[in-house]
Amino acid sequence: MITMENVCKSYKVAKRNAGLKEACKSLFHRETEKIQALSNISFTIQDGEMVGYIGPNGAGKSSTIKILSGILTPDSGTCMINGRIPWKNRIQHVKEIGVVFGQRSQLWWDIPVIDSFELLKDIYSIPTPNYNRKLEELTELLQLQEILKTPTRQLSLGQRMRCEIAASLLHEPKLLFLDEPTIGLDAVSKLAVRDFIKKMNAEHGTTVILTTHDMQDIEALANRVILIGRGKVLLDGTLDDMRRTAQSGENTNASLDQLVADLYQNMNIL
Amino acid sequence: MKKYYSFFRLRFQSGLQYRMASLTALTTQFMWGLMECLAFKALWESDITAFPMEYSALVSYIWLRQAFFTLFNTLSTDNDIFNMIVDGGISYELCRPISLYSMWFSRNIGGRLAQATLRSIPVLCVSFLMPSPFQLRLPINLNAFLLFIITMVLGLGVTVAFCMLVYILCFFTISPQGLRMVMTGAVELLSGDLIPLPFIPEPFRSVIELLPFASMINVPFRIYSGDLAGSEMIHAIILQAFWLVVLILIGSLICKNAEKKVVVQGG
Repeated sequence: MITMENVCKSYKVAKRNAGLKEACKSLFHRETEKIQALSNISFTIQDGEMVGYIGPNGAGKSSTIKILSGILTPDSGTCMINGRIPWKNRIQHVKEIGVVFGQRSQLWWDIPVIDSFELLKDIYSIPTPNYNRKLEELTELLQLQEILKTPTRQLSLGQRMRCEIAASLLHEPKLLFLDEPTIGLDAVSKLAVRDFIKKMNAEHGTTVILTTHDMQDIEALANRVILIGRGKVLLDGTLDDMRRTAQSGENTNASLDQLVADLYQNMNIL
Repeated sequence: MKKYYSFFRLRFQSGLQYRMASLTALTTQFMWGLMECLAFKALWESDITAFPMEYSALVSYIWLRQAFFTLFNTLSTDNDIFNMIVDGGISYELCRPISLYSMWFSRNIGGRLAQATLRSIPVLCVSFLMPSPFQLRLPINLNAFLLFIITMVLGLGVTVAFCMLVYILCFFTISPQGLRMVMTGAVELLSGDLIPLPFIPEPFRSVIELLPFASMINVPFRIYSGDLAGSEMIHAIILQAFWLVVLILIGSLICKNAEKKVVVQGG
């Protein structure tokens, strides 16, 4: 179970005006501005749920994922995941979670994917039989047979993303955080990734938290949606709840993307 | 323990992936060594009495330095780590159930050994076959050879522990460039990389010999040829062990602190 209560996080951002004069001035004195990335974020997620975490760019989605995975320490508030505070018991905590950052890579660039997997096996101390069983399952579900022996640098984005997802699941985590897992993928890969996530949830009861800008991801995967904007939770419910909030009767045939755009605009969070 | 070994192994494999890079680097190493031998020969011939080392010991020092260049190099250290800090790839590193310090330490040693295995053997072979004054001699005795191996391991530890400090300090600055320039510049002079430490005049030399930099290449390469022996050598070895422990302690302490403060930008 995941509980987050009143979590706040702010960043310091250096600012200056354009121009040489300003640049010289900033050598001696920097003006910084405090940006509130998260303010009083609270929610509870039960085991086995699939939650879509959405919001416009800069809303604080990635910051939340980083806090949940123990990478970032919040300024205030509490967060408990299966009885642990992620950033305090980082090493214990990360054994039980799998994370995919869609915009970064965890595979070693120069060597075949399977070598990266072997390293993860040792890092997470996965017993060999478990590893072999899981690898076989993942290889089949994500169709990795052909690409496991290829160096990462020679994979296409879709192939790489499938490997990234497999890499995050080798140690059979109970919790899976996906930060934009379908970014830049073609239709086939997107569908494959979605199907796969659904299967993991149904068969292993994996709790999934997913951030994305692709509303079809949300529609296909998440029965629950948490909408945040400017660091605040604005809506926590089903996709239908969101539809109802967005349009008060009119324009019922609007596409999902249109709907979300309206919602962002109505709530004035862009 | 197995975790660290795998890191080491993987880095080793990555290192073996690029054959052409090793080959070109080899040529540089060889030419550079030869040039240094010639330059020092000119100095030696101008005044033999003022020369602080045996010429043959100096030649051994130069060849060993070229052969094991990548083992003790502080200039082009593991760039992946700097990139990870700069571009935020470190997010994944922090999602591993393993301490960042030990992970990077073993990874770094693996990378160095991988490069060194490819490069040292050809340089050593060629330098053993060089004509007389420029030839790399065998170690003066078996004892010196064993001590040479032991102090190489200690020296490698000190070098990597020092580089770890540079990595970790990069957490606190946005760009690692400045820090790297200053640090590597200092090391090049103070470790005896540019010119062997015996050539540095007193009283600077006594001070420099106490610094951690003198515990890197200075000790093993001088033991090999017998230039460093007796009680002076024992002091140097104790100092190596001391710096190894101190640098690792400081590094892991700052690292723990940095992990808490790290802000992965963007994304």
